[in-house]
Amino acid sequence: MALVVLLAPTPAPAQQTVTLRVAITQQVDSLNPFLSVFQAGTEVGRLMYDYLTAYDVKDQRPVEGLADKWESSEDRLTWTFHVPEGKKWSDGQPITAKDAAFTYNLMMRDEVAGTANGSFTAAFESVTATDDRTLVIKTKQPQATMLALDVPIVPEHVWSKVTDIAEYRNDQTPVVGSGPFVLTEYRANEFIRFKANKDYWRGAPKYDELTFTYYKTSDAAVQALGKGEVDLVNRMGPAQFDSLKDKSGITRNQAHGRRFNELVINPGAATRTGEPIGDGHPALKDVVVRRAIAKSLDLDAIIKRVNGGYAQRGTGPIPPVFADYHLKPEPAHPYDPAAANADLDKAGYARGADGIRVSPEGRRMELRLLGHSSRAYDEQAGEFVKRSLADLGIVVDVQIVSDNQLNESSTAGTFDLVFSGWGTNPDPDFILSLHTCDQRPNADGKGGTTDTFFCDAEYDALYAQQRAEFDPAKRRELVQKMQQRFYDQVPAVVLGYDNALEAYRSDKFASFPVQPDPGGVIMAQNGVWGYYGALPVASAGQPSGSNTGLIAGVVGGALVVLLGGVWLMNRRRGARAEDRE
Amino acid sequence: MIRHLAGKVGGALVSLLFVVALGFLLFRVIPGDPVVAMTRGRPVTGDQLAELRVRLGVDKPLGEQFVDYLTAALQGDFGTSYVYSRPVMELIGERMWPTILLTGTATVLAVVLGLWLGIRGAWRRGSRSDRISTGAALAQWAMPTFWLGMLLSLATGDLFPSGGMRYPDTPPDFLSQAVDVAHHMVLPCLTMIAVVYAQYLLVMRSSLLEEMHADYLTTARAKGLRDDVVRRRHAVPNALLPTVTLVFLHLGLVVSGAITVETVFSWPGLGLLTYEALTGPDLPLLQGTFVVLAGAVITMNVFADLLYRVLDPRVRAS
Repeated sequence: MALVVLLAPTPAPAQQTVTLRVAITQQVDSLNPFLSVFQAGTEVGRLMYDYLTAYDVKDQRPVEGLADKWESSEDRLTWTFHVPEGKKWSDGQPITAKDAAFTYNLMMRDEVAGTANGSFTAAFESVTATDDRTLVIKTKQPQATMLALDVPIVPEHVWSKVTDIAEYRNDQTPVVGSGPFVLTEYRANEFIRFKANKDYWRGAPKYDELTFTYYKTSDAAVQALGKGEVDLVNRMGPAQFDSLKDKSGITRNQAHGRRFNELVINPGAATRTGEPIGDGHPALKDVVVRRAIAKSLDLDAIIKRVNGGYAQRGTGPIPPVFADYHLKPEPAHPYDPAAANADLDKAGYARGADGIRVSPEGRRMELRLLGHSSRAYDEQAGEFVKRSLADLGIVVDVQIVSDNQLNESSTAGTFDLVFSGWGTNPDPDFILSLHTCDQRPNADGKGGTTDTFFCDAEYDALYAQQRAEFDPAKRRELVQKMQQRFYDQVPAVVLGYDNALEAYRSDKFASFPVQPDPGGVIMAQNGVWGYYGALPVASAGQPSGSNTGLIAGVVGGALVVLLGGVWLMNRRRGARAEDRE
Repeated sequence: MIRHLAGKVGGALVSLLFVVALGFLLFRVIPGDPVVAMTRGRPVTGDQLAELRVRLGVDKPLGEQFVDYLTAALQGDFGTSYVYSRPVMELIGERMWPTILLTGTATVLAVVLGLWLGIRGAWRRGSRSDRISTGAALAQWAMPTFWLGMLLSLATGDLFPSGGMRYPDTPPDFLSQAVDVAHHMVLPCLTMIAVVYAQYLLVMRSSLLEEMHADYLTTARAKGLRDDVVRRRHAVPNALLPTVTLVFLHLGLVVSGAITVETVFSWPGLGLLTYEALTGPDLPLLQGTFVVLAGAVITMNVFADLLYRVLDPRVRAS
């Protein structure tokens, strides 16, 4: 009998609650919002804690979060936020400006509390709550990210009792928060369970519970969606996404992603003080060579063959999902191997007897290309790059190595070409800052997060300007100019922007808000609109398809038990006969 | 006997100490700055990076780090995981039980199945059923565990969960939870059994074959005993010896062998933890799991050694 029970699918929940069950493939590193840095962890943090301002679901502009109004002084150094009356913590206590002041001050005072989001408060001079409704932030220099402070605001009446931030796990359920969901159960690497916050100031979610179940592989997550164990899955590969086409009860969402893939070209790695490091091929310092490489790559073919068509053509580091900042380059590098060859001929890179080009200094054009062993993309795109550059008379040795080895080589500058990729935020500051001279490593090879070792006075000047520019139109223009400069100098070729591939059980949930709308994502948003605004179908509550599963399970189980019984009986009879003899 | 025991245990302790030291050195040669790896892809200031280095203790010279690590490790403290910000030993302790449950169940079943098939195969060696069962076991042994697991999951359709250890919405009472866990355990357990039972089958089969022509079996048969009785009462107990040792030796390896199965089925055990620590890389966690896994093998080796002496009088005599 036990077998029959085991074979039954999803055990019926105790009462008829409507639950949105989400599969996640990345672990939650910590529930403590000051320590959590993983995407899954910060997403969980967003569900529990509102920020001072939020990103609009349609176009990601700053909208009401805990604060509903704000203004800045003439010199852009003083910001005043108004926290309206009536918003409550999940334990019923009112949310005030003092909670926000407490949170920011904690991050400025306690280095551990600055682990995850410290960059947002690094340039703060002071934060004070002049009364329960008013928060005043003074900054050392103008900071363009003041309406995009991705800092979860925590309740002072809970967190003021925490003595050691590093040790505090924040898993005493229910966890007091301000978001649309309240954490009620947490089992590390198994699941996380939330109840809808009925008193949420934007209005309660349209269903009762939200769970995140952890799957180590996306294959398992996709299977769980097919079996009806979960309702929402993201981070799918093209093949997995294709496999769900025309499946009844499942709707797919092909969204504009925030990530890009790039081929970094070592333009002459150096430290912050300009000391050359590494052993990049010297010819790559020549912008003519870098441009020729860009022209020789057929980006559309790479997208079609490697991304399975689920990507958009790359230009600058900011993907088209952020339409205002996305670069449409002028002039563009068209796919034109003939022109690339002609350029190299003209610049003195003559072909040797074996057809391989030799630089004017006499070095053969042989390049190493490093790729991540953890990403199938790198291996496949690596072949494309190898073939494209072979047409230019450049030999490419594709080396697929571990992530660590790759990180090590790229920080040390011991590479010629390397595959890389980043996710971008609605505010372009961070992704642009990666290519400033300051981001290069210091003398002992540490302290920077540069990607390309790009160091360009013109780019840096534009960067400083955009950072202090508060007129959106002017800032847009500066950001475009920076990307154009980056595009012209080609320290990296942005190959494409991956689509975010998601799918959900449309037999259980009728619709999800996407961000931006249209064309955006359900999960991994800048906000929690996707989870918060999910609409269950009218008759939802019982996962469909599980009935047939149940019947099959019971029948199958009974059959196994029956067969086992028959077999046992036979054995018995045989044994008895034997004993008799 | 005491001297023998002391020698074995002493040797094991020395090995363990060696493992602890190796755990430090091995993971320091992995290239990559853990701080950079941890913070890649998000906005961090130089100050934040420096502060992280100090907090993780990777700013100190290697020698000093080693002394710190060694003194703490000898007290059973493997530091704090970079990723989870929690004590390593606490994480390992939590994850140990799901692994023991899974691999324990799978090992017991695999041993039973392997022995049973092995005995039958040897007794009717060369028969069609022997050829089929040996061939099937070898084929499964050769199959990639990852692939076999996925295949099982696909083939069984909706019957079993595709991953995890329990559903979030299962009622909290013991019976419901136990049934839920058992339900989730079916596929990973079957996968593990399918892969490992072959070795028990082969060892049992070959050691029984060796006994088959022994004189005492002829004597037993000559006494007029039925074939079945000769097999069960006389041949099998003698042939069991190498298998028992093998089981113990494997028990130590079973924990690490679970890595693939746990990854395929998202089983929240030690194997998955090790895999995650590797992808980090989460140095303290990696060191902790390394020592625990190696420790399990060493301990089981000692047990196997001692057990052999108990089971086989000939070893004791020599």
